[in-house]
Amino acid sequence: MTEQKQEKFTIAGKDFTSRLIVGTGKYKDFEETARAVEASGAEIVTVATRRVNIMNPDQPMLVDYLDPKKYTFLPNTAGCFTADDAIRTLRLAREGGGWNLVKLEVLGDQKTLYPNMVETLHAAEVLIKEDFDVMVYCSDDPIMAKRLEDLGCCAIMPLGAPIGSGLGIQNPVQIRLIIEQANVPVLVDAGVGTASDAAEAMELGCDGVLMNTAIAEAQDPIAMARAMRLGVEAGRLAYFAGRMPKKLYADPSSPLAGLI
Amino acid sequence: MIEITINGDPHNVKQGQNLDMLLQDLNLDPAKVAVERNLEIVPKTTYQDVIIIAGDRLEIVHFIGGGK
Repeated sequence: MTEQKQEKFTIAGKDFTSRLIVGTGKYKDFEETARAVEASGAEIVTVATRRVNIMNPDQPMLVDYLDPKKYTFLPNTAGCFTADDAIRTLRLAREGGGWNLVKLEVLGDQKTLYPNMVETLHAAEVLIKEDFDVMVYCSDDPIMAKRLEDLGCCAIMPLGAPIGSGLGIQNPVQIRLIIEQANVPVLVDAGVGTASDAAEAMELGCDGVLMNTAIAEAQDPIAMARAMRLGVEAGRLAYFAGRMPKKLYADPSSPLAGLI
Repeated sequence: MIEITINGDPHNVKQGQNLDMLLQDLNLDPAKVAVERNLEIVPKTTYQDVIIIAGDRLEIVHFIGGGK
């Protein structure tokens, strides 16, 4: 039973094994990107939609290094600050790559990169009407999370800390509340800094974790990618194993009977 | 020649050509890009039917590494 729960991770009707979704930005080059993704074991990778440099059309392209047939490409709207920009970006992404599963994020502020929930709700509504499967980056407010789920978002992805901060899960209480009420997968999307943070998110009961900077900006991104893979797996196992109760005082592991 | 806007910049291109020809002139693989024309998505299957006219505003995008 436990093993079965482990294996299957379903988003918008599609089954995955890995519960780690990784971004493909900030790497030294595409070769390093590909190696890190491989080491992470991720099956879903986020990609950005950007203007082609028509002065230099022959520059290498991500799809030459990461096979879209092997990985599920998840176009995201990182960098969009209005619902309209996010909607346009994802319509283009769907036409360009044929991907219906998308990651919506509408940011509200340059300094904190906090999500603008008013714009996010509006964009989610439009995109869902257009039959997109929307995984949504959101604040850790359980009321907002519920609204997004009611609109039809296929995954709720609150931040654990500001994007790119690496501060770890700063809001376990809110994340826990969102998980408890949700009927769709909940992923921590932003804030993870190292493998123990990923494990902590999974121990809280998250269905998955999405990260980019924590791997790309590690001293050794390939090693950190593997660490994150193991962290997510360890956290998931621990969640189902059920941790021991915390106690105030010591409790010896060896039997007291038969002491000399 | 006619003037159009591609990705925010003015460009002079040949008159009377369709979008497929324009992309080829720009050395872009139509399979790897997506195009928005005057804020409307252009379906890939219609590139040959879309005639570029003066004043068109095109956004031509592709997918790059990106996370958040």
